[in-house]
Amino acid sequence: MKLAGFLLLPAGWVIVLAAIAVLPPGAARAAFLFAGLAVEALGLGLVVRAHIPVIEERR
Amino acid sequence: MGPAALSPLSPLSAALCGVLILLIPFAYAGLAMMNSGLGRSRSAVHSLMASLTVIGVATMVYVICGSGFQGFPGRAAFALPAAGKEWNWIGAGRLFFGGLDFDSASGPALAACFGMFAAALAAVIPLGAGEERWRLSAAAVSTAVLAGWTYPLFAHWVWGGGWLASSGFVDAGGAGAIQVVGGLSALSVSWLMGPRRGKFSADGMPMAVPGHNAVFVTFGAFLALIGWFGLNSAAAILFYGASPARIGIIAVNTALSAGSALLTAALVTRTRFGKPDASLSANGWTAGLAASSAGAAFQVPAEALMVGLVAGALITLSVEWLELHFKVDDPGGSISVHAVGGLWGLIAASFLGRFPGAGGNQWVAQLVGVATLLGFMFPMIYGLNALLNRIIRFRVVLDGERQGMDLHELGANAYPELVSHLEDVSQR
Repeated sequence: MKLAGFLLLPAGWVIVLAAIAVLPPGAARAAFLFAGLAVEALGLGLVVRAHIPVIEERR
Repeated sequence: MGPAALSPLSPLSAALCGVLILLIPFAYAGLAMMNSGLGRSRSAVHSLMASLTVIGVATMVYVICGSGFQGFPGRAAFALPAAGKEWNWIGAGRLFFGGLDFDSASGPALAACFGMFAAALAAVIPLGAGEERWRLSAAAVSTAVLAGWTYPLFAHWVWGGGWLASSGFVDAGGAGAIQVVGGLSALSVSWLMGPRRGKFSADGMPMAVPGHNAVFVTFGAFLALIGWFGLNSAAAILFYGASPARIGIIAVNTALSAGSALLTAALVTRTRFGKPDASLSANGWTAGLAASSAGAAFQVPAEALMVGLVAGALITLSVEWLELHFKVDDPGGSISVHAVGGLWGLIAASFLGRFPGAGGNQWVAQLVGVATLLGFMFPMIYGLNALLNRIIRFRVVLDGERQGMDLHELGANAYPELVSHLEDVSQR
């Protein structure tokens, strides 16, 4: 889960980069920008979730 | 937007800028005192010693190679062509501040000086999260990577003529380059080391581990304000061409943001716990400072006030969420104060402020910056620290935690007149 999260984070960033590199300013660029951020949020959620059980196992 | 090249400053502006840069160490002192005060007495001097160590390491490494990677607008840099554009991604400056003219009122020389202090400030931030368990040598090695690579890379993108500056991203005082980069390092370090022993009960409930000196914490907040006056003003003059006459409004906005954040944090804690919490309120103050770094130079006072009000509320919620729901042990509150506060400041700059040369799409540029911090910088910071943790173990051995970092790593307690009840500690 941690690895998947850490892969989703840069994947979202690449979507954001692609949006500003390829698309002209407008609704499509904004949509891709938010899609990239949503992918990052998903990745961050997975990374956070993956770190919670680690604490419980340590005990 | 950052300038295409740093313009020469008048002798008066250069002198003023130099004085402002020299205020930045007050921010080190403030954060170091807060970190020490929020930890237990048995690790108090270790915390301050670690701050001095990482400041020293960051200063050396930044001068040796960091400034070369950061580069300056209009100077040599590496660019990648893609999608019909040049993506300026890293500076190609010389080692040891080579090629910089310190004898005249030169923008790059002052920017290099600013960068050295800023890198050290970013290095102090993770110490708050690693409090009471981060070995001194490991902190020094992690700092070398932060000051030699991580900070200069993002600083180049924002202030060195890099691709983020070209896309319109504004970070007029280091909310992203210093605060968020430092805050994300803090989160990485805290996750990699795990919580302090005894911080969470068997069923995962967080236990209160009060800081040993609330006076350190609150006085540290005072000192931080002075440092932030220098940080926000110097960066705005150097990288965004702000007139030195704007120092007054920058100081007003910085103080307003800090003050309103403190009041919100105090109000929220009073509402929830019956009395305002001094430590959380001081952290709210610092979060207001971190948030102000994004746009204090280009906002009106009412906007700075709003930035602070939200920052103060965010920090109190963030501290609780990180501890209660995500089981993150961050004794100094560094993650909430610097990462969450800084990210809020960057987002707020999308709609609060009038930035030179900004069009109607400032929010796009700001979101691209936030996406870069979370989507690229964070995995990189975590990955580098995870690698270092495998080579040089970050966390102190169990006995070190029981004894306290002062005795274990430094051989003497900060308060030798206090008796350590080791048997009480070992029962946890």
